[in-house]
Amino acid sequence: MTWTETLRTGLAAIRSHAMRSILTVLGILIGIAAVILTVGLGLGSQKDVSESITSLGSNLLIVTPGSSTDTSGVRGGFGSLFSLTSSDAEALDSEVSAPDVSGVAPEKTSSLSVESSETNWTTSVVGTTADWLTVRSRSLDSGEFLSEDDVAQSAPVAVLGATAATELFGSTEVVGQTVTVSGIDFEVIGVLAEAGSSSETDLDDIVVAPLSTVSESLVGGRDRDAVNTIYVQAASAEQLSAAYQETQTLLLNLHGITDSADADFSVSTQDSLVSTATAVYRTLTVLLAGIAALSLLVGGIGVMNIMLVSVTERTREIGLRKALGAPPWAIRRQFLIEAGVLGLAGGLLGAALGILAARVLPAVLDSSVVVSVPAVVGSVVIAMGIGIVFGVYPATRAARLAPIDALRSE
Amino acid sequence: MAEATLERSAPASLAADPVIDLRGVGKTYRTGAVEYEALREVDLTIEVGEYVAIMGPSGSGKSTLMNLIGCLDTLTVGSYRLAGEDVDELDEVQLAEIRNRRIGFVFQQFHLLPSLAAWRNVELPMVYGRVPAAERKERAVAALHRVGLGEKLANRPGEMSGGQQQRVAVARALVGEPALILADEPTGNLDSTSSADVLALFAELHAQGRTIVLITHEEEVAEHAHRIVRVRDGRIHSDEVRAR
Repeated sequence: MTWTETLRTGLAAIRSHAMRSILTVLGILIGIAAVILTVGLGLGSQKDVSESITSLGSNLLIVTPGSSTDTSGVRGGFGSLFSLTSSDAEALDSEVSAPDVSGVAPEKTSSLSVESSETNWTTSVVGTTADWLTVRSRSLDSGEFLSEDDVAQSAPVAVLGATAATELFGSTEVVGQTVTVSGIDFEVIGVLAEAGSSSETDLDDIVVAPLSTVSESLVGGRDRDAVNTIYVQAASAEQLSAAYQETQTLLLNLHGITDSADADFSVSTQDSLVSTATAVYRTLTVLLAGIAALSLLVGGIGVMNIMLVSVTERTREIGLRKALGAPPWAIRRQFLIEAGVLGLAGGLLGAALGILAARVLPAVLDSSVVVSVPAVVGSVVIAMGIGIVFGVYPATRAARLAPIDALRSE
Repeated sequence: MAEATLERSAPASLAADPVIDLRGVGKTYRTGAVEYEALREVDLTIEVGEYVAIMGPSGSGKSTLMNLIGCLDTLTVGSYRLAGEDVDELDEVQLAEIRNRRIGFVFQQFHLLPSLAAWRNVELPMVYGRVPAAERKERAVAALHRVGLGEKLANRPGEMSGGQQQRVAVARALVGEPALILADEPTGNLDSTSSADVLALFAELHAQGRTIVLITHEEEVAEHAHRIVRVRDGRIHSDEVRAR
C-alpha cells in the first residue's frame, strides 16, 4: 500500500466523521493559535520597548538621579532626589575630564499648561541645552533650535514638537508665534520633525526651551538647578564604555562620593535598559507560551481519544483489511497518517487563525504582535508531530488486533 | 481480454501440489487454566479444482478449521501446506502475504467497506498486493463484470441488495487470482433467490477450474459441492465424494 493510498484512505475516514474530526482539530487549532499569539505578543512588546529606548538617540548614556542621604540622615529612593544639577551637565561637557563624551543634554521636564493666542494645552516642557537636538537624534522641521546664546542668556524662546504645535495652533507652521507658559511669553523659533510615538509617550508632544529659562522662570524652589535626566552621548559606539567610566568617575568626584556603591545617581546604557526592560517580557512570553503549549498537549490527548474511538469503531474494517493481506505495519501507518492529518489540519488552521488574530489584535490592544516565521512553521510541524505521537498508541492497538477476533466483532 | 485473465485456472507450476494439505492438525485454545481442544488429528487434502463443502453443527470445530485453512489462525500441532508452501511456521507478516496471494475470502456478513464504491472494495486485496493502480482498476472492473455487476461499479454497498453485495465480495475474492476461494457461510445472510444466485456463481467458477472451499451448516448448500467433509467434535467425521 503506497503513501498516497494510505493518505486517501485516511482522508476518507476523517471525512466520514466530519463533526468529530472538526472538534478534534479544534483542540489542536486553539493550542497552536494560542502559542503563535502569545509568542507574537511577547516579541511585539519586547520590540516596542527596545524601539522606544533606541528612539532616545544613539550611543547614549542615561544618567538619572538616585538615592542619597540628607543631613538629617533620611535616605531617599532612586529618582526621587534632586542630586543631578545643571553644573553636573556642564562638567560632563568638558573636553578634558570627559574626552569620549561628544554631547551632553540635561533635561528638566515638567508638565505645564502652555497657552497660545487661541487655546491652551498641557504638555511636557523640557528645559535643555543646544546639544539636545544631536544627542537625542532629533531634527528640525522648520526654524532653528536653541543656540548656546539662548541658553546663556535665558532667552524666552521655545521649539515646539509637532503634536504640541498642532494642538496649540492647528498647524506646524508656527515659527514666529508666541506661546505663554506661567505668564511668560516665549517666541517660537522652531518646530521639531516628527519622531513618532513609542508605546508610552508621544515624543512630539513637547515644548523645548533653554534650561536656564526653565529653571529661572518656570520652576522655582530649592530644586531650581536640579535636572531630571542627563543624556550623555559617546563619540562612537567603541567609546561608549570609556564614556561610561568618565561619567561615573566625574560625577562621583563632583558629588564627593568615594564608594561607587553609595552613588546618588545611576548611569545606564541603552543596551542595559533594553535588556532590563525586555527581560520581564521574555519571562512572561515563555510562561504564557508554556501555558499555551499545555493546551496543545490537551489537544493531543483529544487526538488520541478520537483515534481510540476510531479503532474500536472500525475493528471489523481492520479485521477485513488484515484478512485481505494487510500486514500490521500497513494498518499502523493508516491510523498514524489519520492522526497526523488531524494534527496537521489543526496546525495549519491554528496558524491561519493566529496570523489573522495577530493582524487584528494590535488595533484592539495597542501593542504590536510579531508573527515570527520560525514560530509558525515550528508550531505547524509540532502540531503534526503531536497528532502522530498521540496516534502511536491507538495505531499500535489497531495493528495488533487478531484478524479473526476483529472480523467477528459487532 | 481481461475476462480471459480471470478465467485462467491456477498457475501450471502449482498444478501438481494439492491446494490444501493438512497433516495431523490440532488446535487447542487456552482460556486461563482451561484448555479446549477445538480440533484434533485432522488430515485433509484438497486438490486443485475441487469444490468442497465443510459441514458441521456449531461447536463442531468447522470455524476453527476454516480459520486455519484461511491462515487467519495458527495451528497448535501438525503441518499445513497451502499450494505447496509450508505455512505453519510463518509469522504474522508472512501470513498476511500468504492470505493476500493465495486465498480469496467470502464472508457471511459480506464485510464490504461501506464508504467505498464497489470497484474500490474489489481492488482492496490488490492494494495490499502492490499491484499498480491502473491495473488494479482494470482487473477490479473486469471482476465485477464477471459476477454480473458491470452496471454497479461505482455503487456503494449500501446502495445494493444483499445478493449484489455478496457478489461484490465474490469479485473481491477472485480478483487476485488466488489458489483457493474460501467461503464462510456465504449464503447465511441471503434470501433463497440471492442464495441460488451466489451458488450458481460458485458453480461457474468451479467449472472454470477454480478451487472452492465452502463452510456451511446447511445441507442444501453443501449439496452444490462435489465433496462434503463433515466435522464433528473437532474431528473429521466423514469425507464423501458425491456423484456428479
